[in-house]
Amino acid sequence: MSAEAGRSGLLTGQPLLEVSGLCVDYGVGPGTVHAVVGADLVLHHGEVLGLAGESGSGKSTLAYAITRLLRAPGMIIGGSVAYRPRPGSTVDLLAADEGALRVLRWSQISVVLQSAMNALNPVMSIGTQLTDVLHAHNPSMSKAERRARAASLLDMVGISDDRLGSYPHELSGGMRQRVMIAMALALEPQVVIMDEPTTALDVVTQREILEELMDLRERLGFAVLFITHDLSLLLEIADSIAVMYAGRLVERAAAAALFRAPRHPYTLGLLSSFPALHGPRQRLTGIPGSPPDLRQLPGGCVFHPRCPYVMARCRTDAPPLLRPAGAGDRELTESRSAACWLQDGSSAVPPELAKPAPGGVSPAATSAVAAPVARSQS
Amino acid sequence: MTQLTGTAQPPATGTPLLEARALTKHFPVHGAGHGAAGTGRRRLRGTRRLSRGGPDGGAVVHAVESVSLTLAEAQITAVVGESGSGKSTLARLLARLIRPTSGELLVNGSPVRATRRGGQSYARLVQLVLQDPFSSLNPVHDVRYHLARPLQVHGLREAGTSMDDAINALLERVALTPPSQYLHKYPHELSGGQRQRVAIARALAVQPRVLLADEPVSMLDVSIRLGVLNLLGDLRERERLAILYITHDIASARYLADTIMVMYAGQVVESGPAEAVTDRPEHPYTQLLLSAAPDPEHAGPSGRPALGGRGSPPSLVTPPTGCRFHPRCPHAMVICADAAPPGFDVADDHQSACWLHATDLDAVQAAPIAGQQTSQAIDQAPRMGEETR
Repeated sequence: MSAEAGRSGLLTGQPLLEVSGLCVDYGVGPGTVHAVVGADLVLHHGEVLGLAGESGSGKSTLAYAITRLLRAPGMIIGGSVAYRPRPGSTVDLLAADEGALRVLRWSQISVVLQSAMNALNPVMSIGTQLTDVLHAHNPSMSKAERRARAASLLDMVGISDDRLGSYPHELSGGMRQRVMIAMALALEPQVVIMDEPTTALDVVTQREILEELMDLRERLGFAVLFITHDLSLLLEIADSIAVMYAGRLVERAAAAALFRAPRHPYTLGLLSSFPALHGPRQRLTGIPGSPPDLRQLPGGCVFHPRCPYVMARCRTDAPPLLRPAGAGDRELTESRSAACWLQDGSSAVPPELAKPAPGGVSPAATSAVAAPVARSQS
Repeated sequence: MTQLTGTAQPPATGTPLLEARALTKHFPVHGAGHGAAGTGRRRLRGTRRLSRGGPDGGAVVHAVESVSLTLAEAQITAVVGESGSGKSTLARLLARLIRPTSGELLVNGSPVRATRRGGQSYARLVQLVLQDPFSSLNPVHDVRYHLARPLQVHGLREAGTSMDDAINALLERVALTPPSQYLHKYPHELSGGQRQRVAIARALAVQPRVLLADEPVSMLDVSIRLGVLNLLGDLRERERLAILYITHDIASARYLADTIMVMYAGQVVESGPAEAVTDRPEHPYTQLLLSAAPDPEHAGPSGRPALGGRGSPPSLVTPPTGCRFHPRCPHAMVICADAAPPGFDVADDHQSACWLHATDLDAVQAAPIAGQQTSQAIDQAPRMGEETR
């Protein structure tokens, strides 16, 4: 069922998960850390939405808030998260009680965590752990059916079913992460949230798992919220990307547009922090300074102490996440926005932040424009 | 019979400072079914004689196998490989934190002797910077203490200069300015990049000629990695240090290094000028690494090259016969399973240890191995040392 919904949703671009104005604090009183401030995100049916950011940027906190997995002292203090599994049906995830959440979690929205070794139970075989989730959500299934389903799940991620009796320590890191993905997909969820799923893995294993994941998405049609610090990876696999800095979303765009035509200085800095595998070797500068301490955030735009384009206004006023003023017709159709005073139309934009954006948001368009344009910066 | 000694040696253009000849390290395996590292490391100390290749015939992890390299003045050599390829063991061998099973180290052309005083003078020449600045600095001591210790231990403070002057100069060398702002900070008060700079400053305190950097930026945030990499590049220019840069990220190796050595399962499979290795990779493993590396230029389904092989590195307790890469290699031939390939010269200063470069193979040797393409079975096997990651 989810496959059908996913495919049709992808074509029509129906929003599946809508996050607006979400704010998360850690602690109360004067020492409060505002980990996520006013986050607006939309995940469409069948889409891969990448969430990029450095450690402490609030990307994992945002994911935990969406799934209501946030633990004290983390608190959701504002905003809304609407889950729309079908047209006309909306669930307010922030208002849902524990019972409703228990039904939704895993069967509709599942999570793959970074550290598979910690997420898997070391004293239970992976077969037991896989059948456990089936038993909890589908009590009517017989033991044999559960076993067969667990075997087919393992097979789906490229692990032979004679591994059902294995314990997590008997599997390689890549296989453990595959088991995590199989478990997350066990109930055919519509949304899979992946928090740095391949960060601890070697580059070859990472590539294998990502290829499998993209194949599975094609087949099953689920949407993915993919969280990582590795922007270069997201540019390859995501349909659209949101960039976070110090708890704020600073830019949202289709993956190709973000890569070819970044609008926020932080995104530009991140893109020029990854050395290229081709072309002449040039000195890259990265971004000066360090990410800020969330307890002592700078006033105005949180990025201004590190920004090479800083203006007087940036030190006093925080820029809203708006559609860039210079956006062409093509861009108006995209959900593209940046939180930067340079883009509000009142001042001249440096050319590197005003490059023309390539095509639209559909995956087909993304692949069509990816090849011919030369790498223009860095 | 083909020996791996002399496999793929990188070029040396400057004055060679540190040379390793056929370094080999085998770790003994304790008990069946246990990993080689972790708990094993502690026991290792008591069983040093075994680890030096004793005749007891027990199982060993072939962590580093006959690696030769030369670190020359003002040159950056990158060692690239996956986890478990032996690159950190190589760094520890070069820092003389562990003894090689066989092979030798030469400093300025003369062999290093294993005396205690020799150890201290070696440490003045070769310093190691570790991967994780969150654990390589002592949390109960401030920056000043960390930088004063090497100066005291080695008696390096020049007459007439105060300790604070010496420490300030060190902090300035790693661009932690103004130094007074950092002197009395504790590690938890510093960001990751600042901590790694303190760790580098500590290594620089003894005025070493060789800096071994073991994954110095992999724990750091993306936006500050470049700063630390550029610092290493500046130190090479300014102080003419010989630098060994160990990394799993081939793009950063291309960015920083003059020479790249690619390691697989304890052996060097390819070495050469950085751009030659990344732009014209000759060894199938290097090609696999490059095909797997994230590359936004290949975004979209059409642009990405097919992955040049599958599966995981082999167990190093019982490494594959012949070429250690042959079970995963898409080009594997009969000879690859029989004999380890020597390093073939493929271009100036560019070597690749692969039988594909041999011109005199007969038809039997060059026949593909039956059933090689389905590497599914390899991937299913758990491997040694996986938990050490």
